Amino acid sequence: MESKNYLQDINEIKNMMTKSSRFLSISGLSGTLAGIYALIGAYLGYQIIYKDNIVNFDGYRALVVSDQELLNIFIIAMSVFVLSVITGIAFSYSKAKKQNESMWDSTSKRLIINFMIPLAAGGIFILLLMEKNLYAFVAPLTLIFYGLACVNASKYTLGYIRYLGITVIILGLLATYFLGYGLFFWALGFGVCHIIYGTIMHFKYDRLN
Amino acid sequence: MSIINNINKAFDHRIRLGIMSILMVNEYADFNMLKEMLGATDGNLASHTKALEKADYIKVEKQFIGRKPNTRYSTTKLGRAEFKKHIEALEKLINKQ
Repeated sequence: MESKNYLQDINEIKNMMTKSSRFLSISGLSGTLAGIYALIGAYLGYQIIYKDNIVNFDGYRALVVSDQELLNIFIIAMSVFVLSVITGIAFSYSKAKKQNESMWDSTSKRLIINFMIPLAAGGIFILLLMEKNLYAFVAPLTLIFYGLACVNASKYTLGYIRYLGITVIILGLLATYFLGYGLFFWALGFGVCHIIYGTIMHFKYDRLN
Repeated sequence: MSIINNINKAFDHRIRLGIMSILMVNEYADFNMLKEMLGATDGNLASHTKALEKADYIKVEKQFIGRKPNTRYSTTKLGRAEFKKHIEALEKLINKQ
């Protein structure tokens, strides 16, 4: 045997190890789009919250928001979330098809389960806080739990998501300190971060294949 | 020539290399997952898994998921150790040239 064959063997081993343990068809571009949806959502939210609220000496901290407005914000947030998920699935599906990989296999299942555990725990926790009328921590906590979900999921997909997760966690902690500026941290975390990391991942991974 | 001795003949095939690689990074894999990943036919894959099982490098568990029979594979301690040695030997051979 020649060394060329050995090299081929090693490459095959590496390839199989990555392919069988990580879901690689995740699309960077869908991340960028999710970021754009989030920015639009944040803008709409801003219109609702700060329409009647004059910024006074308390800055953005003292807010009067009616139940109806709160519901609207909730609907906007959910729409952004659902739209992002649909975009993510659609883009990953087409990427998987292009690469001749299957979309629904053990790697994608594992990715989703590990992503959902911190996210679901956080989601329920936040809903319980809202039930107790504690709204101030909603924005920081969504960022923190989303970041944790990304870090947890990064072991099962493109490793880059880890950095997105860590950035979002830091933003969530900052948002906890600067309480009342949640919407801006949301726009930064879910909007700007997704656009930046999505674009980097698009150029790093999508185009190679 | 001790390096050559570590090249394990039992792994000297693309499919067997693939089976071991997948099982090294996954707790277990079932027959269909291996088949899909390696692009092998049923008979071909079965003969290679049997060979690795005989060498005591992988474990086979047969079970039922609902009513469907399911065969899943995992590495043995011996299999992991031997595969690691094999990879090291490959790397040394490549670096030598």
